[in-house]
Amino acid sequence: MSKTANKQMICEVLMEAAASDRDIVALCSDSRGSGSFTPFADAYPDQFVETGIAEQNLVSISAGLARCGKKPYAVSPACFLSARSYEQAKVDVAYSNTNVKLIGISGGVSYGALGMSHHSAQDIAAMAAIPNMRVYIPSDHLQTRELTKALLKDSKPAYIRVGRNAVDPVYEEGNVPFRMDQANVLCEGTDVAIIACGEMVKPSLDAAKLLGEKGISATVVDMYCVKPLDKAAVVKAAENARAVITVEEHSPFGGLGSMVSQVVGSECPRKVINLSLPDEPVITGTSQEVFDYYGLNAQGIAEKAMELVK
Amino acid sequence: MENLTALSYDLRKNVIEIIRAGKAGHIGGDMSVIDILITLYFKQMNVSPENFGDENRDRFVMSKGHSVEALYAVLAEKGFFPIQEVVEKFSKFGSKFIGHPNNKLPGIEMNSGSLGHGLPVCVGMALAGKMDGRSCRVYTVMGDGELAEGSVWEGVMAASHYKLDNLCAVVDRNRLQISGNTEDVMHHDDLHERFRSFGWNVIDVKNGNSIDELNAAFEEAKTVKGCPTVLIANTVKGCGSPVMENKASWHHHVPSDEEYEQIMKDLEARKEAALHE
Repeated sequence: MSKTANKQMICEVLMEAAASDRDIVALCSDSRGSGSFTPFADAYPDQFVETGIAEQNLVSISAGLARCGKKPYAVSPACFLSARSYEQAKVDVAYSNTNVKLIGISGGVSYGALGMSHHSAQDIAAMAAIPNMRVYIPSDHLQTRELTKALLKDSKPAYIRVGRNAVDPVYEEGNVPFRMDQANVLCEGTDVAIIACGEMVKPSLDAAKLLGEKGISATVVDMYCVKPLDKAAVVKAAENARAVITVEEHSPFGGLGSMVSQVVGSECPRKVINLSLPDEPVITGTSQEVFDYYGLNAQGIAEKAMELVK
Repeated sequence: MENLTALSYDLRKNVIEIIRAGKAGHIGGDMSVIDILITLYFKQMNVSPENFGDENRDRFVMSKGHSVEALYAVLAEKGFFPIQEVVEKFSKFGSKFIGHPNNKLPGIEMNSGSLGHGLPVCVGMALAGKMDGRSCRVYTVMGDGELAEGSVWEGVMAASHYKLDNLCAVVDRNRLQISGNTEDVMHHDDLHERFRSFGWNVIDVKNGNSIDELNAAFEEAKTVKGCPTVLIANTVKGCGSPVMENKASWHHHVPSDEEYEQIMKDLEARKEAALHE
C-alpha cells in the first residue's frame, strides 16, 4: 500500500485546484521544502508567496490576500504557526473572518528529537479557543485528500494539523467515507469507545483488534473534526459503551480529551480516560519512540481499555 | 471643492461628542490622525458606501485601531452610517461601534486593535492587487509608538521585497504614547533611515495635520515605482485645542465639562480661521 505524507496530499490537491482557480495561493515561511510545497511553488510561481522566516507576516499577508478575494493556504510548521503567529490567527483571520486556511505541518511531536520548541502539543487548545476558528486533524493521506477538497469549497477560517511523516493508512483507496464535520465510526462495540484524532486513529483501530481477541468489543471514532466537535458521534459512541478513552498527540489540557469529556460529562456520564502526551517536555526520540514511551500505541491503548472495563 | 480643513474641525467636534457620550476614547491620537484620514477618504481613495463591494476599490486598514473614533467620524461623513448613531451607541452595551475597528460595520476592511497588524495585512492586499493586475492602492496608518512591534518590520521587509509600489503607509508621528515621549519609551528618531534602509521611499510631511501637505505627499507617492512609500506625518497629538495638544495624559481622556466647552470654542475658532484663510 502506498504511503504518502498528509502534507504532500494537501499540496497535490491544491495543485490540482490551482490549475483552474487562479485565486488559490500558497504561502510558506521558508517552509516550502518541509511542507512538501516545492512542487506548488515551482508549478505556480504566480500563486505562491514566500514570506521568509516570519510567521506573523505569513498569517497577516494571508489575511490581506483573502480580504481581496484570494484563497490563501499558509503552510508552516505547526509549532510556529500555532504559537508565534497566534495573535495574527486570532485577529487577522478568525476575528476579521478572512478565508485563510492555516496548514500546520510536522505537528505534534513530528520533530521529536528537536525538542519542545519544535513540538506543537498545545495547538488544539490554542486554536480551538479562538471563536470562528475550526480545527481539523486528519488521520491519513486519504482522509486528508477529502478534507482538503472540502475546505476548498468553503470560505471560513480553519487550522489543519498534519504530521511530518507518511503514516499507515486508516482507509483504503475507493473506501474513504467523508462528510464534513462528521466523525467516522471505524468499528462499533459495546464495552469501550475509543475516540481519537490524527496519527492516534490507526493505533486506536489496532487496539480494537487486540481487544477483540480478548473478548472486549470497542467502538473507534476518527474525530478528525476536533472543532466543531461531532458531539452526536461522541454521545452515540459513549452511550453504547461502559467507558470512553480519548487518544491524542497533544498536551493533557484543552485538546480532544477535554472536549470529549465535556460532552460526555454533560450528555451521558461515563468514565472517560484521556490518553495524551504528558504536561512536560516530551522525551527525545522519533514520533514512534515517543508514542511507545507514553503508551500511545495499540498495546498501550488496549491495556488502558482492559483496565477500564475489567 | 469643500474646505476640508474647516471640515476637519467639524469632524473633531464629532469625535469629542462620540467620546463624551461613550465616556471613553483615544482622544489624542484621534486628533493627530484625523487629517490623514480626511485626506485619504476625501482626496485620495475611491472608497464610498456605493462602491465598497467593488474589487477595484482602494483599501485602507486602520493599523492604529485605537483611534477608531476619528475613523467613525470620517466614515460617517462619507455616508457609511449616521454620525448620530455612532454618538448614541459608541461603547454602549451590545453596540457595533466598539473601541476598535470591526469589519461587521460598513466601510471597515479589517478588524484591528492589536498593534503591528495593519502593515503586514496591507502587504497581502497589495500583493493581491499585483496578482490581479488591478490599479487600486492600499493604505495603512500606524502610530509611531506602534513601530516598536516587531511584526511591523516583517511587513516592511516583505513590502520592499515584493516591490509593492501600490502600497503607501503613513506614520502618525505625534511623538507621544501612553507612557510619555516616544523617544523616552523607545526611540525612533532615525525613522526615515530605518525605512530607507529597508528599501522604502520615504516622504517627510512637515505638517502632518495639513491636508494640503498630506495630499501632495500622497500624490508624490503614486509616482514612485518599484518600492513602497511611507509618509512620516509629523502631527500634533491632540491637535485642535491647546487644552489637549501635546499632552501624553490625553492619550485617552474624556474631557470634563469645562474642558469640553473650551475645546469646542477652540475648534470653532480654528474652523472660522480656516474658512477665512
